[in-house]
Amino acid sequence: MIINHPLLGPRDSAEFTYLGDAKMIERPDWESETAAQDFYEYAYLRDNPAGIHRELWFHEGGDRSYLVVTRDTVTHEISNVELARDVARKLGRSK
Amino acid sequence: MRYSGFKVIKEALTGHKGWGPAWRDPEPQAHYDIIIIGGGGHGLATAHYLSKVFGEKKIAVLEKGWIGGGNVGRNTTIVRSNYLLDGNEPFYEFSLKLWEGLEQDLNYNAMVSQRGIMNLIHSDAQRDAFVRRGNAMMLNGADAEYLDIDQIKKEYPFLNFDDARFPIKGGLAQRRGGTVRHDAVAWGYARAADSRGVDIIQNCEVTGFRIENGVCKGVETSRGFIGATKVGCAVAGSSGRLMAKANMRLPIESHVLQAFVSEGLKPLIPGVITFGAGHFYVSQSDKGGLVFGGDLDGYNSYAQRGNLPVVEDVCEGGMAIMPMIGRARMLRMWGGIMDMSMDGSPIIDRTHIDGLYFNGGWCYGGFKATPASGYVFAHLLSKDEPHPTATAYRFDRFKTGHMIDEKGMGNQPNLH
Repeated sequence: MIINHPLLGPRDSAEFTYLGDAKMIERPDWESETAAQDFYEYAYLRDNPAGIHRELWFHEGGDRSYLVVTRDTVTHEISNVELARDVARKLGRSK
Repeated sequence: MRYSGFKVIKEALTGHKGWGPAWRDPEPQAHYDIIIIGGGGHGLATAHYLSKVFGEKKIAVLEKGWIGGGNVGRNTTIVRSNYLLDGNEPFYEFSLKLWEGLEQDLNYNAMVSQRGIMNLIHSDAQRDAFVRRGNAMMLNGADAEYLDIDQIKKEYPFLNFDDARFPIKGGLAQRRGGTVRHDAVAWGYARAADSRGVDIIQNCEVTGFRIENGVCKGVETSRGFIGATKVGCAVAGSSGRLMAKANMRLPIESHVLQAFVSEGLKPLIPGVITFGAGHFYVSQSDKGGLVFGGDLDGYNSYAQRGNLPVVEDVCEGGMAIMPMIGRARMLRMWGGIMDMSMDGSPIIDRTHIDGLYFNGGWCYGGFKATPASGYVFAHLLSKDEPHPTATAYRFDRFKTGHMIDEKGMGNQPNLH
């Protein structure tokens, strides 16, 4: 698979480390009343869809940026690649 | 119809006119006591033990395609019980014992071959870990044997003993491990279950569950609604897709695992060998092909095919321990969808929905577990309590912190 890195252009997926569902960015609030349940779901439960999946890839053999890759798990086709930093900022994180 | 040597001779002399289909092709009934979703090894084994050991009646196995077309038809056929942890080892040893009596139990030639498995050791630390594992195996009634270099040289003279980076320092052998003809396992269980009245319904895809007031009443299928008192799900790589229909999220990711077969060679490898420094394992099929595999591709996938970097990685592992295979050509390769759980161990448990039971999260160890998985799932479905060897395979272990993590990798499914 070729991942079209937003800064570096097309790169071989072998340069990356796969880190799973991009919901990992949305870390629960540790002060919430339901924090124990929230962190259990965050750490262990997955949607695991057959189809479009947003996932984190870490460019370990490159510029060490984290990417959010939108990929079809049935065809392996990649439709969108963003910097995870930008995705997190849109969520109001990492200001 | 019982199969026997006499039957084969008789049919050979009379033109093979007496063979009938090995199982029926029944229409689904309106209601069953127990429905198993998934006509693979685990589902068919569950149906067999439900009818034979637990005396259940009115059982159906629903299969989306044809039976044995999933992971039981696309694996590397190895059986073993060389696990470390208490939650796992008694279960896998139970499974190996069932393998040993399987053909007599099913009256079916599954080509169970206890040719032995050997894990190579390449460092002092790894020796400590494997000796510990061997002791854990023996504590649970399994066999384990430490081999020194001279013994390995005698049994496997072709290995690369003098590799500068990964010298072979020893091995952990399990003589009772080996290989089994994978398709025959599905067919043998199907035939045995069918002969006791289990309806095996192929081309019948489950499209949803009928759940009323927290109780599962049956399943919606491509062939209409089928009612059931209990529904057991055993669909391996499709677990996430199926359980989403019951609004469940699972501690499972589906990943693709590739495996490979070389062209046919003369008898070469006596048992199963695993490389301890990279991820590579190999055995030789009775047709002569080297059957080998390695790591997952590492990303979520339902594609049943993988990519080239893993092919290269696996072949590099093979060349590191067996340089002589370098000129053998690869005949075929395939990918299967693994239900990778968050701790690398399976789940066999009730769900929060009454009457709905789940069996999955087999990672890439599902084939060897087939008989025990069927047996303990049948136990759970019939008696509503877990079999003594499967009490640790609970859904809530991730919440309570009782993970069964053989490799100590944490909640990173692609590393198990």
